[in-house]
Amino acid sequence: MDFFSDKLLSLILFTPAVAALLILLLPKDNKRLTRWVALVASLIPFALALVVWFNFDGAPVEFGFRFREQYTWYAAINATFHVGVDGLSLTMVLLTTLLTPIAVLASFNVEENVKAYMALFLLLETGMLGVFLALDLLLFFVFWEIGLVPMYFLINRWGSEKGERELWKGIKVKARTYASFKFMIYTMAGSLGLLLAIQMLGVVSGTFDIPTLFERWTGLEGTLFGLPVNTVKTVAFWAFVVAFAIKVPVWPFHTWLPDAHTEAPTAGSMILAGVLLKLGAYGFLRLVLPLYPDQARAGAGVLAFLATMAIIFGAFSAYGQKDFKRLVAYSSVNHMGFVVLGIAAAAYAVGTTNAESATIALNGAVLQMFNHGLSSAGMFFLVGVIYERTHTRDLEEMGGLFPLVPVYGGILIFTSMASLGLPGLNGFVSEFLVVRGAWPIFTVYTALSMLGLLFTGAYVLKGIAKTLQGPLNERWRGELAEINRREVIVMAPLMALMLWLGVWPAWLLGVINRAMLALFG
Amino acid sequence: MQFPILSVLVLLPIVSGVLLFFFPSDRKKLIYRFALAVAFIAFLLSLAVYLSFDPGGERYQFVEHYEWLPALGISYYVAVDGISAPLVLLTGIVMFTGVIISHGIDDRPREFFAFLFILATGVFGVFVSLDMFALFFFYEIAVFPMYLLIALWGWKVTREYAAMKLTLYLFIGSVVALVGALAMYFTSGLHTFNMLELEQAGFSTAFQQLWFPFVFLGFAVLGGIFPFHNWSPDGHVAAPTAVSMFHAGVLMKLGAFAALRVGIMLLPEGAKFHLPWMILLTLVNVVYGAFIAMVQKDFKYVIGFSSVSHMGLVIMGFATLNFNGFLGAGVQMFSHGVMTALFFAVVGMVYDQAHTRQIPELGGFAKVMPIAAVAFIIGGLVSMGMPGFSGFIAEFPIFMGVWRTHPWIAIVAAISIVVTASYILRVVGQVFFGELPEQFVGHTRDIKVLEKVALGLLCLAMIGVGLFPSVMVPVVESGVQHVLSLLGGA
Repeated sequence: MDFFSDKLLSLILFTPAVAALLILLLPKDNKRLTRWVALVASLIPFALALVVWFNFDGAPVEFGFRFREQYTWYAAINATFHVGVDGLSLTMVLLTTLLTPIAVLASFNVEENVKAYMALFLLLETGMLGVFLALDLLLFFVFWEIGLVPMYFLINRWGSEKGERELWKGIKVKARTYASFKFMIYTMAGSLGLLLAIQMLGVVSGTFDIPTLFERWTGLEGTLFGLPVNTVKTVAFWAFVVAFAIKVPVWPFHTWLPDAHTEAPTAGSMILAGVLLKLGAYGFLRLVLPLYPDQARAGAGVLAFLATMAIIFGAFSAYGQKDFKRLVAYSSVNHMGFVVLGIAAAAYAVGTTNAESATIALNGAVLQMFNHGLSSAGMFFLVGVIYERTHTRDLEEMGGLFPLVPVYGGILIFTSMASLGLPGLNGFVSEFLVVRGAWPIFTVYTALSMLGLLFTGAYVLKGIAKTLQGPLNERWRGELAEINRREVIVMAPLMALMLWLGVWPAWLLGVINRAMLALFG
Repeated sequence: MQFPILSVLVLLPIVSGVLLFFFPSDRKKLIYRFALAVAFIAFLLSLAVYLSFDPGGERYQFVEHYEWLPALGISYYVAVDGISAPLVLLTGIVMFTGVIISHGIDDRPREFFAFLFILATGVFGVFVSLDMFALFFFYEIAVFPMYLLIALWGWKVTREYAAMKLTLYLFIGSVVALVGALAMYFTSGLHTFNMLELEQAGFSTAFQQLWFPFVFLGFAVLGGIFPFHNWSPDGHVAAPTAVSMFHAGVLMKLGAFAALRVGIMLLPEGAKFHLPWMILLTLVNVVYGAFIAMVQKDFKYVIGFSSVSHMGLVIMGFATLNFNGFLGAGVQMFSHGVMTALFFAVVGMVYDQAHTRQIPELGGFAKVMPIAAVAFIIGGLVSMGMPGFSGFIAEFPIFMGVWRTHPWIAIVAAISIVVTASYILRVVGQVFFGELPEQFVGHTRDIKVLEKVALGLLCLAMIGVGLFPSVMVPVVESGVQHVLSLLGGA
């Protein structure tokens, strides 16, 4: 048992990858077997994550992290396989390991190439978990990039069948090909700066170890490459910021998102919005703020401005959509804007008289990361449910569906309300905390983002109204099947958590708060 | 007296090649099987050499030293060090997989495999020679069969032109290098071609600075350095599949390796003087090569220019003159060798079925040959430097090395990563996904089992090094330490 107990994180990290390889060995025609193996395999990391969760407080702390493991990996350049969790990463690991089985269950209706699909999905899980667990900068980058590959293929091969876009100079391709290509190249291009900056950090500091870098890198003085240290740090700061900003996404680096989310298969969108976006925000919290505190403070105003733009423009754009899925995609831009606003407020005010507000804003940001993971996964799934039945995402084609599918309608309304930030559900708690925390620090931006919140309400209600209310589009009468048991089981844990976190968030906020105080207090 | 494994490895191919001429020319199946058996044995020997190499042991291992022409100071002196050991393994892998892929050679297979094996001997010989004369001798043995292999078995449209251009370029390059080498021989006063002794010869700084460009650039021509890379894309495209695999996979590494062994290690002061400006040439390779690959319509030309770009990274790594750069270059030679062998193998498989390499005319081949498609995708990921594969393990330290010496070059060179990603994705999408064009429906078959084995072996090498760098990095490290000590611990 001991062998397992001190390798918990490695087990959580690699079980999905090993399962993916096993799935490739399964017989090709037995879709049921493949689906169930994938589901059970994806529940194992979740169970292990719960074990970590319940043993978290008692676990010893080393360099600020618990359940630490470190093995040699690429010794020649001073990079090790170093993993560990704190409250921040554990929250994200919990989100990832929870959403993956739910997304796998949601994927039970995929018929083509089920083996390849499930294998890619599980590999994706390892990629995402690796980013959250990595305590070595090189390892962080490895998992950061690796996660792109399965998502590229998931969108490219299993994405929307319809739609055409022009890739370049007269070459027309399927919309999903365009979306996956844009996603991959955009993110990789953004990551180039990150790659270069990481190489530079490694060269200058002589190590890639994150806890070590926190001290060594911040303590650097004098000149580097013939330039003042602060100049070099500022450039590296922006390199990191651009890479993470593309992922979150921060306006105006968000343009890959609507296409990628819309064209991805349902479960792909669930994970893309639910977890992948959080990788960027995590990067800000784990790396940018601790490694570049001064540059972050100087750049916080810009970040807050961009966050506010994301909130407002994301909401406006969502409101203007005719495609339900694209509406939900823009809602991600809108919601993640609050995360960035909270981070920017904290970057500006940590260690100042507004430190308490900064901590509140951080709590809000991290909780919003978790909450948005739940609600966006739910919303994308529900869009997928209606698409399954109607084969359209066009809001104008729907209407008055509530009497036909009341259970679905109820679930849609519930989830939309969480997305809207209705008090009593989780969205309210995190958005309130961000606003409360950012108000004393960036009053104008916060005030403007509340305007954005107004339009959040507008687009959410538009989504519900266009689908469920109004005159029934006659073609659906008798054609629409109610939401089935499997689909309800997919939504149930999400809804339960949305309610629980809305009514009594302390169980999660406590962990987050302690982590934020430890990191930035 | 230990088993002379290196001599066996070097001589096995050429002896087998000569033996092949005793086979009746119409027994094609027998010829192929014999060639396959020889290649497999060579692969096993190279694997044995690599696995037995002790990174913590002697600098040079499996040493064999016999007098050859003592009056001229020429000896038969072979050994492997940390940098050549992976290259010997690479040659074994490429030789084995290359022969597997050549099952379709129908026109005079006896001669084909004989010349291929002469080529292999030359390649093995250069990697293990510690005598400068022997190195040149094996180098020429490696170049001349290329002419015959391309001109007789290559792509009918350009084979004569490409073969001529390739051979002329490489011969002239080697003559230029030879001039420098002879200058070293005559000036050292030691009357020896023994490179270990020449390392200690103490040439004057002025001498080294004068002759370094001759030797380095002469050999780097074979490594594909800009602006002398022009022979490479045409040569790749015109050559038959196995020869392309050898060409890009191993021969170009020969050039880079010889440039290191004879240029940098024997004339370190010259290296320190000239490489700081030569790195700009490699930058052109890396970035320009990637852009040119992006606009190619011929599938094979894309891969050809991709090789020019990736070899640029190898020489760039050398040009940093520091530990990280050399380490990365050493791993990149192996990683790119395997990757490009895989690329050309798959291109050959597609061409065998489609009889066209024009990308706009292809499509949907993933349904025809799924394993080949997956293998190509893996190769593509290696090419992009995707973490988890050997390409990342190689490229990352090269960039770190460049950061130490020319930070802005690292930043510019990084552009190639995105460009590479975009052309790889484009090629994969257009050739393997989408719709299979009308004319191929019903006329295509999947690849053979042995070919899948070959692809599997190549992928295993790339993934193995990618996930577990410790299987290769310590070996390369030990070789790099020696190079650094010659440079004065730069």
